[in-house]
Amino acid sequence: MTAVEDPAAPVDAPAKEVGQARRRKEDARLITGRTTWTDNMVLPGMLHLAVLRSPVAHGRITHLDVSAAKERGGVVAVYTGRDLAEEQGSLPCAWPVTPDMVNPGHPSIAVDQVNHVGEAVAIVVARSRTAAADALEAIDVDYEPLPVVLDMEQAVQDGSPLVHDSTSSNTSYHFVFDAGEAGTGADTDGAFADAEVTVSRRFVQQRLIPAFMEPRSVVVQPSGDSYTMWSATQIPHILRVMAAMVTGIPEHKLRVIAPDVGGGFGGKLQVNPEEILCLLIARRLGKPVKWTETRSESLMTAHHGRDQVQFIDIAADRDGTVRGLRVRLLADMGAYLRLITPGVPALGAFMFPGIYKFPAYRFECDGVFTNKVPTDAYRGAGRPEATFAIERIMDELAVELDMDPLELRRKNWIGAEEFPFTTVAGLEYDSGDYHQATEQALQLIGYDELRAEQRRRRESGDPVQLGIGFSTFTEMCGLAPSRVLGSLAFGAGGWEQASIRMLPTGKVEVVTGSTPHGQGHETAWSQIVADQLGVPFEDVEVLHGDTAISSRGLDTYGSRSLVVGGTAVVKAAEKVVQKARVIAAHLLEASEDDLEFTGGKFTVRGTPGAGVGIQEVALAIFAAHDYPEGIEPSIDAEATFDPENFSFPHGTHICAMEVDTETGFVKIRKYACVDDVGTIVNPLIVEGQVHGGLAQGIAQALYEEAIYDADGNLTTGSFVDYLVPAASDLPHFDTGNTVHAATSNPLGAKGVGEAGCIASTPAVVNAALDAVRHLGVSDIRMPLTPERVWRAVHQGGDGGDRAAAGSNAQGASAAEAAAASTDPSSNGSHL
Amino acid sequence: MTQINVRVDGASYQDDVEPRTLLVHYLREQLGKVGTVVGCDTSNCGACTVHLDGHAVKSCTVLAVQADGCQVTTIEGVATGEGPTATLHPVQRAFHEMHGLQCGFCTPGMIMASIDLLEENPDPSDEEVREGIEGNLCRCTGYQNIVRAVRQAAAEMSGTAADDPKAEPAAVDTAAAEHVAVQA
Amino acid sequence: MIPAPFAYARPTTVEEALQAIADGGEDVKVLAGGQSLIPVMRLRLAAPETVVDLTRVEGLRGVREEGDQLVVGAMTTHADVLTDPLLARYGQLVVQATETVADRQVRRRGTFGGALAHADPAGDLPAVALALDAEFVIAGSGGRRTVAAADFFVDYLTTVLEEGELLVEIRLPKLGEDWGVRYEKFNRVAQAWSIVAVAAAVRREGGRIAEARIGLTNMGPTPLRASATEAALVGVDVSMETVTAAAAQAAEGTSPSNDLNAQADYRQHLAQVLTRRAVAAAAGL
Ligand SMILES: Cc1cc2nc3c(=O)[nH]c(=O)nc-3n(C[C@H](O)[C@H](O)[C@H](O)COP(=O)(O)OP(=O)(O)OC[C@H]3O[C@@H](n4cnc5c(N)ncnc54)[C@H](O)[C@@H]3O)c2cc1C
Ligand code: FES
Ligand code: FES
Repeated sequence: MTAVEDPAAPVDAPAKEVGQARRRKEDARLITGRTTWTDNMVLPGMLHLAVLRSPVAHGRITHLDVSAAKERGGVVAVYTGRDLAEEQGSLPCAWPVTPDMVNPGHPSIAVDQVNHVGEAVAIVVARSRTAAADALEAIDVDYEPLPVVLDMEQAVQDGSPLVHDSTSSNTSYHFVFDAGEAGTGADTDGAFADAEVTVSRRFVQQRLIPAFMEPRSVVVQPSGDSYTMWSATQIPHILRVMAAMVTGIPEHKLRVIAPDVGGGFGGKLQVNPEEILCLLIARRLGKPVKWTETRSESLMTAHHGRDQVQFIDIAADRDGTVRGLRVRLLADMGAYLRLITPGVPALGAFMFPGIYKFPAYRFECDGVFTNKVPTDAYRGAGRPEATFAIERIMDELAVELDMDPLELRRKNWIGAEEFPFTTVAGLEYDSGDYHQATEQALQLIGYDELRAEQRRRRESGDPVQLGIGFSTFTEMCGLAPSRVLGSLAFGAGGWEQASIRMLPTGKVEVVTGSTPHGQGHETAWSQIVADQLGVPFEDVEVLHGDTAISSRGLDTYGSRSLVVGGTAVVKAAEKVVQKARVIAAHLLEASEDDLEFTGGKFTVRGTPGAGVGIQEVALAIFAAHDYPEGIEPSIDAEATFDPENFSFPHGTHICAMEVDTETGFVKIRKYACVDDVGTIVNPLIVEGQVHGGLAQGIAQALYEEAIYDADGNLTTGSFVDYLVPAASDLPHFDTGNTVHAATSNPLGAKGVGEAGCIASTPAVVNAALDAVRHLGVSDIRMPLTPERVWRAVHQGGDGGDRAAAGSNAQGASAAEAAAASTDPSSNGSHL
Repeated sequence: MTQINVRVDGASYQDDVEPRTLLVHYLREQLGKVGTVVGCDTSNCGACTVHLDGHAVKSCTVLAVQADGCQVTTIEGVATGEGPTATLHPVQRAFHEMHGLQCGFCTPGMIMASIDLLEENPDPSDEEVREGIEGNLCRCTGYQNIVRAVRQAAAEMSGTAADDPKAEPAAVDTAAAEHVAVQA
Repeated sequence: MIPAPFAYARPTTVEEALQAIADGGEDVKVLAGGQSLIPVMRLRLAAPETVVDLTRVEGLRGVREEGDQLVVGAMTTHADVLTDPLLARYGQLVVQATETVADRQVRRRGTFGGALAHADPAGDLPAVALALDAEFVIAGSGGRRTVAAADFFVDYLTTVLEEGELLVEIRLPKLGEDWGVRYEKFNRVAQAWSIVAVAAAVRREGGRIAEARIGLTNMGPTPLRASATEAALVGVDVSMETVTAAAAQAAEGTSPSNDLNAQADYRQHLAQVLTRRAVAAAAGL
């Protein structure tokens, strides 16, 4: 047990660090501009890469002439897919969700055929970034167009054109989880056959773009037969293993460093084509190389997220008791399978039942190829999609039953006294109190007043209507128990590693395998270690993100850092104390059993005044003049933690939404949420994570959508068209917490990185629908553009597709794009 | 190549630049002022914001040649003094105090835009702050703590910080912190 | 991204600028605030041979009074507009519209003349200039000419400006106390361009509307006037009913585009709603 949970801590012990709103250690360099972004890196003789990208979504390369580009000033080399075909291998997919999943392979650079707009076709290597960009214009390529596959529902039909002609259909896999077959629930078809009420809906999870603020960037420096790669990545450790396997560079000859990384949100949880290409080219040329993407490249070629069509059926009794849930998904893989592309919907499979006690559940998912950039992890990865579906269908069921949506939820959710609770999907939920979180959230938002105002606006026929929407969600965090991952055919484990080095001066180095990119690990880990070892917060330095320093690790994603990585730190600290205890006993000439360790000091029970600090022990063992026989002269320690279970944060999110029925404009009036993320190590960081998650979840509901036109061009190819909200587009958030410690780790932490993002989207959509339901609206497609809302209110339906005719895709040649931009009918973009 | 003379963060530079060189690329690549970053190619994100002759501009949308004869201040030049003894600008300090940053990539631009805003409006409301930084995108924070930071800085700069309830450290006005006080 | 290479000229007088344009070769671009031109060049959607930078040309920046007109220099920045005392007094419609343009950094450099010369139908200032019947003073090698706003905007991103010509100033009528104005902008996020916007100026005499000028943003390839609504408003009593009835004609004669943000029929609907709101506010309702 950690000190945090120990109510009997001695009164004279220093204040606990865990739980304090410590200001972040990371900030000092970030607020002064003394940062180490990958693109800041300059090395002697460094060459710059620019990538020529396909302007067509599907085609055969019939002609590719790079000779003129090679003649351009400053150009050192130009490579095509053919040049690299022998050595480029296939980008890895670590998650074959079914044994017969079809993976057509993923070249880093196209050889004969391009399968999505933005795919790499040629690479210029030049002495400057500018020379490389200029030379792209001198490359001559012809494509023989192939039929473009964009719509999943059409792609799975017999006779649809194929994305990959080596496959027999566009379906990569069919994944099924059936609670009846798994023995975790009853037969689903039976439940539906007997049900008094069933509701079926089709929901669309639009394609999103992670849109981390720092564009991706890679630098590779060869040195003899070794390579150092700096990359704006979330996963230096995984990248190292995978890059070694793909390129054949021996793993021990490859060092990967993630310096300051400007956000990821899953978008930098990838082995990128350009990372492999930089390695291959640095190997060929023996020179350091750099590639930094433009925002246009980033939006067009970094993996996207979400993109599912969801068919959801729910069965219930007339009194509202739920009987069964059936989910069928079409999940857009894009043109290729990247690192965990197929696994994202499968990860969601277990979360559709949410917090409700369904007796029967069946999940089926088809992974579908289309001529678009691959999808992969984006904040929440599978769980936002699941949460959206269940929280939306619960509202639809409430309408069908003419019940209050909250009452329906209360009737079916797991009671606080029922934890640990094994769900119909076979997960064991650890702890929580859904009722308590909901009551607090209702208070926070001022629920009764809002309902009264809603009634007033209804009665007076106000053009601006008010709606209130709920999301009572849970999610699974702390990825992940390695055995569970194994049973799901994931290609790696889910443990995490930490080591602690006690320096002679008493300072402490903590090495973590969990690599941050904005989450504040340095601060939180310091707080944990300060408590564990009783050393000052300032005396702890956290090292990470470099495979030569932190050799073992599985990085940051899936809200796993604190839960798994933080626990590894705790375990390592326990070992340090254990080792120090032996030496302290020796120094104090006491029995180990008589030693107490509090506040960083070993004291002898019953002998006041006799004591030695752990920092002094560090110096003593560095000198090593006097220590017990038979032990090694070190109190450093390392630990690897493999969780036995996931953790399950939960919470209640409430959104109050104004809908202008005349224009369709929606505006969040108030947003309140109460999250239970277990023990809170740093409330400031927790709050920040919730805020950021909310912004992204709300943005899915209201603003963001990656749109392809009929030719497969990304229409939303810049921030002019892909709408990342600014400060003035988002409301103030009222946030709160309840605390029910996780039971799967000694910190009691559940994970907070994704909660806000997972929970908020359905609350927002439910709120908008609640505002206009009385006008006959039962669904509006995301994002809730004013036009869609207006159409749904005035013309029925869900608001429909948005016009996406024409293209402003930045990958199109300058001439094409210029032509497009002078044709008003084909352009929605302004500069 | 065109010759330019610029003062950047208090130092004078004379350099030859290609006319097409963007100010941000000149700062980063020729002067090594890598504190200022590039986040987009359509002038939307504001990550590149610097002060040109005292006013916030997007340095990706100004040519280096246009800065000839001008003063440029970047994030690296807003603190007073140097090294460990430097005094942070109140806006920098407030971003730290109020947890107005996570990954920190948008932060230089946010801080430069906020300083510009406060010069024009020394006591902005939440809404005025939100509008004042509408040209800067942040993907991490959801903006709330940035708004809080700017208001905290405003209070500090006008000397009202001590008795201004808004200026309480972030932890105190969050439900999370209340809970933690109980937990500790 | 980095623009393609170009030759750069930085004239200090209008004459020098005209000469630089004449000497600049095939494809010369005038650089005002650069807030539209530089992004377009970064994306290499434009790759001019020569760029003629107007930022140091004397006499193009600032606002002055000439009789019953305000004369706004083409290089007056959006930020200048927002703090100019003459515009504050006589040009509120311009001020209101300028406040909605982009963000503070862009407004610091972007110019009134640049925004008009750029002639993006989604730009906020063209419709204002059109509603006010502004006059555009254009300098060319043969001297100066003045063009009415109605003739200035020719097509999508196209004005009456010929190659080798410069927009030097814009003349606006001073609107006195008897005028009420409102710029009503509809967009999805803060810094986005207008999906539709309506610029309205209404002169009241007693309880009646004596004159109404209404400009529509993004309702066709050029800014448009809502002429039918304007006509319907003349002489009517100021009331929500009359304004609503007149605004119902706001979309007559418009041909808005279909794009990501909106399809044409929705834009036409918005034009009516926003016209009603703008006129009502301008009329003091
Ligand atoms: C993020 C962002 C958001 C924006 N949002 C909006 C918005 O909401 N509403 C809006 O109206 N605008 C918006 N703009 C555009 C902004 O108003 C620009 O400043 C304006 O459109 C162009 O003005 P400029 O002075 O920057 O012109 P430049 O970019 O320098 O020039 C634009 C064009 O006009 C020509 N030109 C300029 N001046 C002259 C002249 N005197 N004579 C002849 N030709 C000339 C140039 O050659 C060029 O073709 C936005 C811009 C950005 C970057
Ligand atoms: S980099 Fe300048 S605005 Fe995005
Ligand atoms: S802190 Fe990461 S983008 Fe703002």
